[in-house]
Amino acid sequence: MTLAPDLAAPPARALDTPVLEIDNLVLAYKDDEAFHPVVHGVSFQVRPGEVVALVGESGSGKTTTAQAVIGLLAENGRLESGAIRLNGTDISTWSRRQLDAIRGSKISLIPQDPTSSLNPVKTIGDQVGEILKIHGRGDKKAIEARVIELLARVGLSRPELRARQYPHELSGGMRQRVLIAIAIALEPALIIADEPTSALDVTVQKRILDLIDDLRREFGTAVLLVTHDLGVAADRSNHLVVLQGGRIQEQGPTAQVLAAPRSPYTRKLLTDAPSLTKAQRPSKGKSTSAASDEYSIVVEDLVQDFSLGSGREKFRAVDGVSFKVRKGSTHAIVGESGSGKTTTARSVVAFQKPTSGRILVDGIDVTTLHGESLRQFRKKIQLVYQNPFGSLDPLQSVFQIIEEPLLNFGQIARKDRARKVHDILGRVGLPQSVLTRKPRALSGGQRQRVAIARALVLDPQVLVLDEAVSALDVTVQAQILNLLDELQQVLGLTYLFISHDLAVVRQISDTVSVLRNGRLVDSGTVEDVFLRPGSEYTRELIEAIPGTKTLSHA
Amino acid sequence: MTTFDTTERTLLQPEGGFLGKVSAALPFRRQAEAKSWSHRLKGAQIGLVLAWFMIAIAILWAVFPELFTSHSGTVGVAGTQLRAPSAAHWLGTDALGRDVFARIIYGAVNSLSGAFVSVTVGLLFGTALGLIAGSVRGMIGDVIMRIVDVLLSIPNLLLSLTIIILLGFGTINAAIAVGITSVASFARLARSEVVRVRNSDYVEAAFGSGGTFGRVLLRHILPNSLTSVIALAALQFGSAILAISTLGFLGYGAPPPTPEWGLLIAEGRNYIARAWWLTAVPGFVVILVVLSANRISQSFGKVRT
Repeated sequence: MTLAPDLAAPPARALDTPVLEIDNLVLAYKDDEAFHPVVHGVSFQVRPGEVVALVGESGSGKTTTAQAVIGLLAENGRLESGAIRLNGTDISTWSRRQLDAIRGSKISLIPQDPTSSLNPVKTIGDQVGEILKIHGRGDKKAIEARVIELLARVGLSRPELRARQYPHELSGGMRQRVLIAIAIALEPALIIADEPTSALDVTVQKRILDLIDDLRREFGTAVLLVTHDLGVAADRSNHLVVLQGGRIQEQGPTAQVLAAPRSPYTRKLLTDAPSLTKAQRPSKGKSTSAASDEYSIVVEDLVQDFSLGSGREKFRAVDGVSFKVRKGSTHAIVGESGSGKTTTARSVVAFQKPTSGRILVDGIDVTTLHGESLRQFRKKIQLVYQNPFGSLDPLQSVFQIIEEPLLNFGQIARKDRARKVHDILGRVGLPQSVLTRKPRALSGGQRQRVAIARALVLDPQVLVLDEAVSALDVTVQAQILNLLDELQQVLGLTYLFISHDLAVVRQISDTVSVLRNGRLVDSGTVEDVFLRPGSEYTRELIEAIPGTKTLSHA
Repeated sequence: MTTFDTTERTLLQPEGGFLGKVSAALPFRRQAEAKSWSHRLKGAQIGLVLAWFMIAIAILWAVFPELFTSHSGTVGVAGTQLRAPSAAHWLGTDALGRDVFARIIYGAVNSLSGAFVSVTVGLLFGTALGLIAGSVRGMIGDVIMRIVDVLLSIPNLLLSLTIIILLGFGTINAAIAVGITSVASFARLARSEVVRVRNSDYVEAAFGSGGTFGRVLLRHILPNSLTSVIALAALQFGSAILAISTLGFLGYGAPPPTPEWGLLIAEGRNYIARAWWLTAVPGFVVILVVLSANRISQSFGKVRT
């Protein structure tokens, strides 16, 4: 395994002193009475021009560690012991005022969420200029010129115009570029990128990561990349630090860790990461053969218009999409945000009436249903939502949530209902003890299992999964995907799987449709589409999957 | 600084399957909720305890006034007019020789029941209107909200005076009048909450699993919209006491000699130079109860998940 040459050789500049050295760092958070350590003795180094990836699942302490470096721990957080050395100086005991002087100039941060990290009432130019003003870099005119230069540098078209615009006028990718412009404004020695692309589409993600790479090469800046995505870490880092539960499981040169992981946890992460799994699941072959010739879902020439505001203007979200899904198989709809994939899914489950076209689910024309017939139709098809935190009523117990669909249809005796709920709970792999809990006392993966249980309790034939695993950690994601696979084989379910994540799609689906701007650009079996993409766009999507770079070298 | 805005949010990010091992790191809210009451009362909660204490005392005054004083609330004793506070009359006496402390205690029932009635009127009608306006889209909702806008545009005092003149004087009528003035704010809040809850995934999921409109309304929309409405009710309790006292002061509430807090302040006003306690003490009690109600309402707001 060889690495791309630019990664292997960081600029030869003072290689002996690390830009950042974390030494036996212990961080704790306070609850009502005591401090509980959450990061237990973490040590690593970031050398000039190097990219160090801090990888782990939610709760592993990766963000907490990154926050500590820049002195931004939450108010109830505390540095218990250990040192944070920036260019050899320990900054862990510095006051806020001292830290202010280095924030932005020596270390800067690229935050995760570009939508909430920019001030909506200030122009882009003002916000980029702010950091220059704070650190007293030149007069008004010089700052203005520098802002334009920076915006051009991060690849924004028409920088003069952008500087006068407000955040809402820019797309997510453009906003992330603005945040990067702010981060590089003072050419810091270290940039902390906290999940810089997790909220972005794959192709945009690739461009943003390329940009960070370019800038790093140009300025010799070191990057501490905090990410949950092993694929991204594999592509972009020299050095990998794997965190679990606030402890380092393993660290070393990226290529080495990926090729020969020593810790069992790293191995597990690697097998769970869909983008790094080379082969498809073997089980997939079985379900394909089990799929019958009957079609469970037939969508013909689906068109969906939305009116914009009160005017006559129409926005066509879905434009002439057709596909067929065999009974017992999995069909994926992929595309970037705004491609119309969720709109298609919502039409299929009859949450909205299509403008034109035909949708047959199990032979029933969905578009003609209304009132009671629509309500009865709900038994056949169920939707599982992306966000398990929003799709469960926070006031109800798990039992009430799963029981509810049964209450909606017919008089089922209380005892039978309870038995049914218990059965289904076991089927999705949850212990009976969760029945009395409220959703907030469950983890993300558990909640998604509850959501799946609720969808299955009516014995539907079709399950529509709208980004159902996108909000979950890789290992949890792998568990849920396994569960779905198992349920499909036992219950003969048909899945319509909506996802932006091509790596997951490759793993779970039999057939796939690629949407772009509401139009179908590619479709067929997974092998066909992935190995012989029929359109330029599909090829671009596939190339943007993080982790492919490492694979091609493997 | 725009660059560093993520700190707070990332801490609250959803955690995955490794919940147990890092329970100290993330779910502060969850842990706080699991704590027993005794722990929660520590520290900054003293104000809240005092607030509940104050409200409890006011309620006890209203229910068992005779336990707190041996004097009568309405009958004066000849020859003891306008006495200063002393051991016999803790807060002095008024122009008719009535014990002021006793009148405050006997007045609690009028003021509190008035506030209770007015909050109930506002809560029931306001929430019902808001619920309908928020869940039925189209014309009906719009018409309701425009009526609410009209209600909001009339000054509260003017509106309640108008209603009292229509209904006639009296404590309960004054309370109803005050209640009607608060219908508009309850309706607006309830509507905005209903709209928020209605757009959530779990409501759609409930429809998607075959729920009928009424059932989803009762099972999901109503319970989830109520939290902030209840907080407003507690807040409204305070302002209702104030508004009823205002009406009592103006002479539109309970007729004398009923001991009502607003009326007490109004009657004492004539003697403010000689016997300041006649106005000051009832005024102070009203302030305390209103503040307590506000504090409690605030704590309701915080419990929201």
